[in-house]
Amino acid sequence: MKSKYSIFSLVRNAMGYHQGWEQAWRSPEPKPEYDVIIIGGGGHGLATAYYLAKEHGITNVAVIEKGWIGGGNTGRNTTIIRSNYLWDESARLYDMSLKLYEGLSQDLNFNIMLSQRGVLNLAHNLHDLREISRRVNAIRLNGIDSEMLSTADVQAMVPILDCSKNARYPILGASLQKRGGVARHDGVAWGYARAADARGIDIIQKCEVTGIMRDGDTVTGVETSRGTIKAKKVAIVTAGHTSHVAAMAGLRLPIESFPLQAMVSEPIKPILDCVVMSGAVHAYISQSDRGEMVMGAGIDHFISYTQKSTLAVVEQQMAAVTKLIPILSRLRLMRQWAGIVDTCPDASPIVSKTPVEGLYVNGGWGTGGFKGTPGSGWVFAHTIAQDRPHALNAPFALERFTTGALIDEHGAAAVAH
Amino acid sequence: MFLINCPWCGERDEEEFAYGGEAHIVRPKDPDALNDEEWADYLFMRKNTKGNYLERWNHAHGCRRWFNMQRNTATHEFGAVYKIGEKPPK
Amino acid sequence: MSTSRNRLAEGGRIERTKTLAFTFNGRRYTGFEGDTLASALLANGVKALARSFKYHRPRGLYSAGVEEPNAVVQLENGARTRPNLQATEIELYDGLSAKSVNCWPSVEFDIGAINSLAARLLPAGFYYKTFMWPKSFWMTYEKVIRNAAGLGTAPKLPDPDTYDKMHEHADVLVVGGGPSGLAAALAAGRSGARVILADQEGELGGRMLSENETIDGKPAMQWVEDATRELTAMDDVRILTRTTAFGYYDQNYLGLLERRHINVARPLPHSSERLWRVRARQVVLATGAIERPLVFANNDRPGVMLAGALRSYVTRYGVSPGKKTVIFTNNDDAYRSALALDDAGISVAAVVDLRNDPDGPLVDAVRARDISVFDGWAITAVIGKMAVKAVEISELSADSENVSGPAKRIDCDVVGSSGGWNPVVHLHSQSGGKARFDETIQSFVPGPSVQKEQSAGACAGTFSLKDCLKSGHDVGKAAAKLAGFTPSRHKQPVADTVFEAPLQALWIVPSSNLDNRAKGFGAKHFVDIHSDVSVADIELAAREGYHSVEHVKRYTALGMGPDQGKTGNIPGMAVLGQALGQPIAEVGTTTFRPPFTPVTYGALAGRDIGEFSDPARKTAMHHWHEAAGALFEDVGQWKRPWYYPKPGETMQDALNRECLAARNAIGILDASTLGKIDIQGPDAAEFINRIYTNAWIKLGVGKCRYGLMLGEDAMVMDDGVTARLGDNHFHMTTTTGNAARVLGWLEEWLQTEWPELQVYCNSVTEYWSTMTICGPRAGDLMAEFTTDIDLDKEAFPFMSFREGTVGGIPARVFRISFTGELSYEINVPANMGLALWTALMNAGEKYGITPYGTETMHILRAEKGYIIVGQETDGTMTPLDLGMDWIVSKKKDFIGRRSLSRADCVREGRKQLVGLLTTNPAEVLPEGAQLVADLKPAPPMDMIGHVTSSYYSATLGRSIALAVVKDGRNRMGETIHAPMEDKTMDCEIVDPVFFDKEGSRIDG
Repeated sequence: MKSKYSIFSLVRNAMGYHQGWEQAWRSPEPKPEYDVIIIGGGGHGLATAYYLAKEHGITNVAVIEKGWIGGGNTGRNTTIIRSNYLWDESARLYDMSLKLYEGLSQDLNFNIMLSQRGVLNLAHNLHDLREISRRVNAIRLNGIDSEMLSTADVQAMVPILDCSKNARYPILGASLQKRGGVARHDGVAWGYARAADARGIDIIQKCEVTGIMRDGDTVTGVETSRGTIKAKKVAIVTAGHTSHVAAMAGLRLPIESFPLQAMVSEPIKPILDCVVMSGAVHAYISQSDRGEMVMGAGIDHFISYTQKSTLAVVEQQMAAVTKLIPILSRLRLMRQWAGIVDTCPDASPIVSKTPVEGLYVNGGWGTGGFKGTPGSGWVFAHTIAQDRPHALNAPFALERFTTGALIDEHGAAAVAH
Repeated sequence: MFLINCPWCGERDEEEFAYGGEAHIVRPKDPDALNDEEWADYLFMRKNTKGNYLERWNHAHGCRRWFNMQRNTATHEFGAVYKIGEKPPK
Repeated sequence: MSTSRNRLAEGGRIERTKTLAFTFNGRRYTGFEGDTLASALLANGVKALARSFKYHRPRGLYSAGVEEPNAVVQLENGARTRPNLQATEIELYDGLSAKSVNCWPSVEFDIGAINSLAARLLPAGFYYKTFMWPKSFWMTYEKVIRNAAGLGTAPKLPDPDTYDKMHEHADVLVVGGGPSGLAAALAAGRSGARVILADQEGELGGRMLSENETIDGKPAMQWVEDATRELTAMDDVRILTRTTAFGYYDQNYLGLLERRHINVARPLPHSSERLWRVRARQVVLATGAIERPLVFANNDRPGVMLAGALRSYVTRYGVSPGKKTVIFTNNDDAYRSALALDDAGISVAAVVDLRNDPDGPLVDAVRARDISVFDGWAITAVIGKMAVKAVEISELSADSENVSGPAKRIDCDVVGSSGGWNPVVHLHSQSGGKARFDETIQSFVPGPSVQKEQSAGACAGTFSLKDCLKSGHDVGKAAAKLAGFTPSRHKQPVADTVFEAPLQALWIVPSSNLDNRAKGFGAKHFVDIHSDVSVADIELAAREGYHSVEHVKRYTALGMGPDQGKTGNIPGMAVLGQALGQPIAEVGTTTFRPPFTPVTYGALAGRDIGEFSDPARKTAMHHWHEAAGALFEDVGQWKRPWYYPKPGETMQDALNRECLAARNAIGILDASTLGKIDIQGPDAAEFINRIYTNAWIKLGVGKCRYGLMLGEDAMVMDDGVTARLGDNHFHMTTTTGNAARVLGWLEEWLQTEWPELQVYCNSVTEYWSTMTICGPRAGDLMAEFTTDIDLDKEAFPFMSFREGTVGGIPARVFRISFTGELSYEINVPANMGLALWTALMNAGEKYGITPYGTETMHILRAEKGYIIVGQETDGTMTPLDLGMDWIVSKKKDFIGRRSLSRADCVREGRKQLVGLLTTNPAEVLPEGAQLVADLKPAPPMDMIGHVTSSYYSATLGRSIALAVVKDGRNRMGETIHAPMEDKTMDCEIVDPVFFDKEGSRIDG
């Protein structure tokens, strides 16, 4: 058992010049065989491992990561957390995730810095207002907090927003989810990793999966850059490369992979205490605890696995945010980067069994992955352990693309794609 | 921003173009002959290749013509540009 | 009045006749033209300029360039205030006002420094380990942390400045105007290539501005002037100074930021900053190198600077960095600083060299001047807190890892530290290149080119002036050749050879007060001085399992500040390598992400703000609507009249008046924004037949038909009326917001799937002004306006169209109706629209003609149960869900048909379009209200649908609503509920057609 993190352990270790801290997670050599191999050491994979151990007692598990844990979308997103989704299926899954987030620092004994500072979705025209009203009512009747704000409420909450009537995109109102906010993205990956490791799970970094082994229609293990590892069950949780890895097992998926870009300004003193999102100008913005303005764009329009950012997107993005918050024009862009988001035709994820026995896939979260992390891990662990989906993720099975029972959340992505 | 070689207009900035996804997905001549799974495959399943990919682009803010192009999705290297109906390069 | 006590009597590239007054932290100072704020402050002896990010330790100037980690200031006040500028990058101007950031009440006495006392409790990542109890308290802690973080403050007033953009193509873009860049630009320019030379400084010359060197037998700066003159005279060469190439993107596309506003306090006649978007055939990177510091105890005290910066201040700015200096180095180059200081008469108390027996001309020159050289020694302590007072130096063990003798104290007020130079490989890395570790210089150099770029000079790891000139010349010629030009035969510029011995890497310098215990105790050894990351922090990260350099960056904040670790990254990686027992090459390098230096938002946004951000589309009658007092609704990019309130009217009053006029007299609507697509060709009918769900082949010429188009997933995508103008000619209308999408959709199918069809589509939305007159008197008005169209109901029946003149204007008139009333949709050429509209209004006055907007249009159509795509539909509704199976052909294929038979599309319980009548007829359901069958006292409740449209109908004298409800058509008459936050409304499910179910009014 790991020693607990607390102010007391911090003081105690300070006395010893911090020489006594133990490793947050080991760097073990892979064993020849595991009960479960999770391909992908991002937030979702690590959470899956943690809940496999915690909720199902399955600890002979390896998380296999090509690079370093949390190095994909987990470490590249804009850290927004919310559960204000339109459809019942999504609202329930994302709110379950948010509820797990609300106790996660304590559960993991790792401060993930959940800051429920509220998420505003702006309405800029009558159509937006109708949609926001529909959404707010639906979310509330699903038992999730959600409210409508008038323009005056919005202005009072975020004085720096341009709420003038003659703005090109006037702000006619907004929805607010107070329980929404931000969390420290790296902390989520590291917290899950440390807690999973404490329960005996092997986290194997710098190990690339190069093949998925099958015996007929049953999975038997994986081939990796560090040799063959056998497994009774294999789970693919490789956001950004879901199709690529699934193809190793001969699976075709309804997924396309697009760049999603984000950027931060230099740090400044606090001016924004909530998350502001606007679909009409394609922008979302918050201020980090370091003081940086953190911004995200809509997804790029072409498939790419390069994680390259572009000039055009920062130009559009800066135009968008200075429309909403004109005083920002004197700030300076400090860093821009891109992640790869796997998107499904209905903008909802796949958390599912596959036609291959013992092979499971979790992907296609599009722009919603970070906020879905704990819930995704929890239901995916259930699906793997029980070999059947939990009620919460049953609607997110692959079959929906055949039956047509899609969960169309294009509007919910806040940025219309 | 890419410089894309429209087969009708020549090199133009990417912002003039719209993306059309995977190329050479042909609409079934007789949709009724397909079962739901086959139809779903046509509707939704995509190769999404990491590497050389044949895809459709449309010079939306130019000549409005569609064309096919080979592009490496892992490096952004551009390959052949060819017209709709033409065979992809070997 | 000069108080510039550290200004040297002579030297420097400053204009001593031009005195500039400025204030810093409220105190008045003076400097000279040619100064930076940094050099002017140094000249005035201002030591402590800032407080550090985390511990609030006092900090002074550290460098003389873009790498500056400490001297971050807030420039000016009010509307033109700019946060977080580096004093080293601000060119001094008269009246400048700046202040320190991140300290309170002052930089000398800063409350935040209490963090420094608690520093031991705040190791890297401490916040991950605490603040978890009590559970709800993180946000309380966070508030304190947030207020402590951040640097400068954002402006509070609107931005008075403008920004603009330029698009440029170059054969050869040369980034950097130092010796390599100038040599490259000359070589490329002489070939006739179109060259852009960009340099981030106000003056070309790069390092030569700070050195006293010789090129081609003349002073280097004379050579720079000659080169500049020659380049300026070339027609195809553009020199951009104060211009930073900050981003290198795909296909040799680079972003450059030009700062045009030097005196930011003064309004400019032109743009303040300019973004250059450059596409280059070839790029020459000549971005130079940045010195890295040595990592020793308290190496952050004000007065500790980079050794190269010392000679910059002496040589370029004529400023003495202090009275008595100590140079601490592991290489020969820092001896140049000792010489420059000595030349300027500034005392050099010692050169402390980590290496044993350094040898070479530079070392010899220093020794020859009786400057003490302590070789095999190190600075092992810095004494002084607000400013350096002295250093302790100690002899090192043979492996340099430990102190091997007693410390010796040397009084001084400045320390120049040099750990070698790092090539600026940022742009190479951004271009996709992978930098490679070079053992000789102990730093990263560019790897193989991925794009069409080459590095020249110091940024390629070639440091001597002679080699830089050769490298620049060769690379410039090569780039020109690759771009298709023939290089000229000019000889390369030549400088003297100066031998320099190799440096010796020592990444952590031991400290004297530690008895050779493990490093990281006691005095802090800073690695990233901006982000307050010390050796101990990196070692802790490694100890805790954060082994990837990316993990360490994120855990410790190494390189995450605005300086992006320009001085700290390499030492940081080296320290990590040591902790992990790995060579630096294996630790790897982090990705250099754009921008190289921060870029102003305003410059990136350019003119794409305010009214230019998204041009509003207005109809030909827009000004008439404005004059009539209309309020407008944004629909897509269009401004549409929403309603026309008269003085004293509420919105509902106005709507009631407009609706009743349309039902009882004449209403007139500006419908110009509807999408209109002209479709022609021998296969036009066949094509439309495949797109719409209903049959089109047999539609007669002169007839109109309503159509629905689906996505291939069977969901309703758009609707509209299409008229057959001729055998091979159709006029299609679309919803306002979907016009471009529908045209794109048609083209996509035509071009990619059915190229054998001969059909041509064109948008004619803007060609026509469209106005609809409707109501029982519409025919009377119409009769006054046309003589060549037979308005007889038989001759011109509902759902047909005629061409003729209306009010003398050539027109297409459609007898179609979105209100259920007798209705004429009149299309005239757009520039005649206002004339006809005005004439109709004048002539219609006697009938009570009333203009109505989109809101009344919505009410009138809802009374008739007509859907609006995007309101009753949301991408999940099939035609069957809408009760529109009458429009779905069973005899032909069409886009989306196959999907209609998928399991989910034919299941029970899908949502269906219905009407709703509230129990209380005066209550209007809010649009977006959710509907439940089983009302519970509190959420959660199962929802069965939602209200899509809802209005008060003056015609019916009660409220009406449309909704989609699960299995709705089987629930007619059922009472359901709309629970909202403050109240619940009950309503009955009814048929969605509320008015004139039999359609008796359509002919007037």
